[in-house]
Amino acid sequence: MNLEARHVSYAYVPGQRVLRDTSLSVGPGDAVFVLGANGSGKTTLLDCLIGLRRPQEGIVLLDGDDLQRIPPRERARRIGLVPQIHEPVFAYTVGEIVLMGRAPHLGLFARPGKRDQDAVHRALEAVELRSLRDRPYTETSGGERQRALIARGLAQGAACLLMDEPAAHLDPHHQADVFAAVSRLSSEGFSFVIASHQPNHALLYANRVVFLIDGETKVQGPPETVVTPETLRLAYGMAFEIVRGAHGTRAVIPK
Amino acid sequence: MTNSRGRTTWLLVLLLPLAFLSAILVGRYGIRVEETFRALFGLDGVSEVFRALVLRVRLPRALAAACIGANLAVSGAAFQGLFRNPLVDSRILGVSSGAAFGAAVALLISAGTVGLQALAFVFALLAVGLVCLIGLCFGSSPLVLVIGGILISALFNALLGLVKYVADPLSSLPAITYWLLGGLSQARWETIGPLLAVTGGGLVFFHVIRWRLNVLSLSDSEATAMGIRIRGLRAFVITAGTILIASSVAVAGMIGWIGLVVPHVARAWVGPDHGRMIPVSAALGAITVLTLDAIARTAMASEIPLGILTGLIGVPAFFILFLQFLQSRGEVR
Repeated sequence: MNLEARHVSYAYVPGQRVLRDTSLSVGPGDAVFVLGANGSGKTTLLDCLIGLRRPQEGIVLLDGDDLQRIPPRERARRIGLVPQIHEPVFAYTVGEIVLMGRAPHLGLFARPGKRDQDAVHRALEAVELRSLRDRPYTETSGGERQRALIARGLAQGAACLLMDEPAAHLDPHHQADVFAAVSRLSSEGFSFVIASHQPNHALLYANRVVFLIDGETKVQGPPETVVTPETLRLAYGMAFEIVRGAHGTRAVIPK
Repeated sequence: MTNSRGRTTWLLVLLLPLAFLSAILVGRYGIRVEETFRALFGLDGVSEVFRALVLRVRLPRALAAACIGANLAVSGAAFQGLFRNPLVDSRILGVSSGAAFGAAVALLISAGTVGLQALAFVFALLAVGLVCLIGLCFGSSPLVLVIGGILISALFNALLGLVKYVADPLSSLPAITYWLLGGLSQARWETIGPLLAVTGGGLVFFHVIRWRLNVLSLSDSEATAMGIRIRGLRAFVITAGTILIASSVAVAGMIGWIGLVVPHVARAWVGPDHGRMIPVSAALGAITVLTLDAIARTAMASEIPLGILTGLIGVPAFFILFLQFLQSRGEVR
């Protein structure tokens, strides 16, 4: 599984490009963090990578093929979107939410069968939520919801998941739970593109970091070399320093 | 949980035929069980008048009641999922306002029962068609469709007012007013053919597509990322739902609340999964209208318009459901 954006640009309003010349690639086992200020184009980039938006220039390639030419259902079996958690209108159970991920495997008039239930079972197991299968999604914690949405992507069959701020609204413990699931899955070969507002999460969990600055992927590389006070100042327009903990863990703090 | 769902299914399987039979049994001529069955199965020992009453009046009326109840409940349930809003009902896209205007025009020009049904049906479709046109021009998001529905409803309500204003206050105006109250007194074999055909097709459509409605109730971007062609699916559901509602309104006039309250009850019983709640909504809707129509025919010396009954029962039912909804969100104690 290889997902690659080449020189992508996108404008919602003609002449005002949100993305200009954006390139990144993600392969098996990668956890790529996209860092950037509010309005820097992170969500737009994810939309282009999943095929919701068609880049006006440049191209997104899925295993070498133009993403826009891949039929939607086939695309959905290979890459999945993990949205920010939200309060759903209807109180579906966790199992029902994950089961919806089987939609690209089922015809218009089909209902899910045993194979689909098995896929849900495996997906819930992969994020350690098996015991919550029959619980209403509305009665789960934020961290459990985020993991259920990851499981939905897995049930889709996706080998690459695009996550939009998976740590938003979560306490530190739930954040750690979510990223533990991400790390476990990427060690199994799943790949992740994670839009994040937390440079510290990138230091902890990324194997590659992309800085999106004014719609351009200016700096990218392993977290230890690219997450520096200079790039952080460039990205967020304020001063940071990087401190080192007793066990060698590095952390970003505002200066 | 699974057990109580199983019980619900059995309860409905028992209740639906029971409600249907009761609707045929009760009426102005008293409950005559044996004679009714003799009439139904073509046996001797029953007067021709009573046989005709059962076969040509009560049977088609009960069928119409069941169909209309199922149609309104199923399309209400589908629309609630599609608009991701449990407070939506089948009137959201202006279908009732269009039908009311069409029917009023038919009564104004004395177009007869067939003409009335045809005009009500056509204007119901026209109203929703206009809403969808607005949707197409402005991105077809649920919000645009809802606002379009409000606008087109208001337009047809104004036109309806115009028709009432010019209508003869001694003949056509009371006819319009009475029709708008809703009721099944016009249901005969000659008038319910289209309703039966449309109901059959529409309910089969919603039955086979019901699991997909779950995905439709997610956000547009989630559903699209899952490979669903959401605009196409939405168009299918709106078209099928509109035809079901329009054919019902054309026969029975304005019958509110069924499309709003019944799906809520179904959801409370078997959960929000459309795979289960669509069939339950259909059965429950049919049972409700069959029962209410039986009450409408027999409770008072003259028939009570069905729309009044659904309102009298629907409003308190909705109030209770709405309180529960707020409680589930922690907004009232």
